[in-house]
Amino acid sequence: MTPDVSALQVRGLTKRFDRPAVDALDLTVRTGEFYALLGPNGAGKTTTLRMVAGLLRPDAGSVSILGIDALNDPVAAKQIMAWVSDEPMIYDKLTPLEYLEFVAGLWGIDPRVSEPSAHNLLVSLGLEPHLHERCEGFSKGMRQKVALAGALVHDPRLIILDEPLTGLDALSARHVKGLLQERVRAGATVIMTTHILEVAERMADRIGVIAAGRLVAEGTLAELRQQNGKNDTSLEDMFIALVDTEAAAA
Amino acid sequence: MRSTADLTWFARHEIRLAWREWLAMMTGGRGKRKRAAIGLIIFAAILHLPAYAVIGRFADLRFPLDKSQLIVITATIFLAWALMLSQAIESVTRVFYARADLDLIMSSPVRLANIFSVRIAAIALSVTAMALLLSTPFVDVLVIGGGIRWLSAFGVVIAIGVSAAAVAIVITVLLFRLIGPSRTRLVAQIVSAVIGAGFVIALQVAAIFSYGTLSRFAVLTSDAATAFAPDLDSPVWWPAHAALGNGEVLALLLASSLVLLGGVMAVLSPRFADTVVRVAATATTVRRGTRVTAFRAGSRQQALRWKEFLLLRRDPWLVSQSLMQLLYLVPPALMLWRSFSETSAAIVLITPVIVMAAGQLAGGLAWLTISGEDAADLVATAPMPPSRVTRAKIEVVLIVIAVIFAPLVTALAFASPLQAAVTALGVIIATISAAAIQLWFRVQAKRSQFRRRQTSSRLATFAEAFCSIGWAATGALALSMPIAAVVSGLMTAGILAATWKISPRRG
Repeated sequence: MTPDVSALQVRGLTKRFDRPAVDALDLTVRTGEFYALLGPNGAGKTTTLRMVAGLLRPDAGSVSILGIDALNDPVAAKQIMAWVSDEPMIYDKLTPLEYLEFVAGLWGIDPRVSEPSAHNLLVSLGLEPHLHERCEGFSKGMRQKVALAGALVHDPRLIILDEPLTGLDALSARHVKGLLQERVRAGATVIMTTHILEVAERMADRIGVIAAGRLVAEGTLAELRQQNGKNDTSLEDMFIALVDTEAAAA
Repeated sequence: MRSTADLTWFARHEIRLAWREWLAMMTGGRGKRKRAAIGLIIFAAILHLPAYAVIGRFADLRFPLDKSQLIVITATIFLAWALMLSQAIESVTRVFYARADLDLIMSSPVRLANIFSVRIAAIALSVTAMALLLSTPFVDVLVIGGGIRWLSAFGVVIAIGVSAAAVAIVITVLLFRLIGPSRTRLVAQIVSAVIGAGFVIALQVAAIFSYGTLSRFAVLTSDAATAFAPDLDSPVWWPAHAALGNGEVLALLLASSLVLLGGVMAVLSPRFADTVVRVAATATTVRRGTRVTAFRAGSRQQALRWKEFLLLRRDPWLVSQSLMQLLYLVPPALMLWRSFSETSAAIVLITPVIVMAAGQLAGGLAWLTISGEDAADLVATAPMPPSRVTRAKIEVVLIVIAVIFAPLVTALAFASPLQAAVTALGVIIATISAAAIQLWFRVQAKRSQFRRRQTSSRLATFAEAFCSIGWAATGALALSMPIAAVVSGLMTAGILAATWKISPRRG
């Protein structure tokens, strides 16, 4: 793998339901980058990421993950990728450790590596007192943390998160953000959708704004401000202006 | 709650909810009311045929009846009551654990005793309505064959529906008091399954021990039963008398059941709120899993299988649902045991029972493993081809079926090797058929939706049932009339092929 290979390269990605959800989208995310994908409800963020994660077959276009053609070789692409949705999908009848053991088994990770890793992850997310409790009694935040630990236990190089902070309290959100930043520092790439613009502003290296299935703006916060022609404006103001412009154009 | 008008308003709300729930069950949540109504009418019309076969011969019954006839009618009514009780226990448990509006109701400025009185009445109403619906073809057959006096059977259905609901509430509240809310859910489900199947099975077990047959009528019409039965003027026979058109007794039965329900509402409604609060408190009760000592090494499929086995083992809902099917295996198992000591031609009956039970159980298991995946996204993003995921899940179904049925087939092999071979083949084919149908009609769902699995595709449900019956009949015919078995087998294979042809997963 050459160092200049993009973590994610999407070209002409298209998906139609009753109307175009994603419309010939081009998107490139660099390796080791924290990328925030923003957009109003129904803009096509989740559909885009579900196609990248292999959960949805695109009507047209290509998806390349660290140089691997994800549509032709989905198994190889999935081996280096993790997906976390806004609705934590875990098993109520398993304990967090059992869940992580299952995930590590699915990714074929050697137990000698996955076991300490699982333990450390759960501890770092503040779940140590609950390691052997079934998840059925967990709060939404605890469930989200278990799902996140599951996504990280196989040490993915590309982590895709759809609204991971929804429903988390401030402390849990800080745990999750800290863990994600740690992964980026270790060389992983994070792509995250969020409605909390402050999080994108603080954490993301680059921000992409999607509306009506198309990328309408992209860049660092400074670049976005420059594109917008106002250097002192907040991301929230810029986002609203962009979305309004797109809505008016449509 | 300020007035009777408010109570009526809440009753209307409850009826609307019950109606929509029922409609969703009938239409599979797709809202095609007209098609559902037509389907229901056709189904009800078809149901008159088996109803005629089962009950047609009783249409001419008239007073005075002998004890043997009274026993058969009373036992049939008691069986219906037990089934309603089973359904009512399930409904009451659902009110405590699954209704999403309890927080809203509890936090509203209303008298909770009144609210729960209405809710108890709603349970009684829905259980009775369902019983009336299901009993209509049977009563129709009796009315057509024996005259309008049989219309009073509807009154008996109402009386037993109302009393079953009242008793179900008492049982569930008692369970809460005795064993606590956390265990009540599981125990209530098991009790419900046992009550539903228990009466028939008890009769079959008695018939096996006494007469070496699976027919429950052997016991009911026996001299011993007649000798033990109470005198002809005993109140035990009131339901039978009421069903045959004795208006006075019918009025008495209806009044008694309504008084019983009223008493339950008066005594238990104020305590319902208490119980609901306790259930809400246990919702967050911590349950510990097995302490993981070391992660297991193994293939990805092994990880999937291990997860499926663990979830099946820890799923009390499934345990109770499966228990019903497994309970029906008790009589053939007993019969098998008896056949070791004495040769009996009736042993042939074991094959269709086992094959059908295997098909039904496999259908439920296949739904849980294939459709009921709580972390569908996780499994879908795992680095393994979907075909291997499916294979691992089907392997789980096959292994569970093998573990349950292998001992029975092995025991059968000692009594009749040929029958054991036919039974084993039947079990395998019925299991594969059920799993295939679930695969063709799979929909992504939560495991907790298991109870509603039949409503997601009625076609799959009917196909699964017809295939199970078809393979069971083929197995029985293979042992007695091999040529007929070929015809039956081809017909069942035809049903399976037609199901595949119209399934959404074809190709």
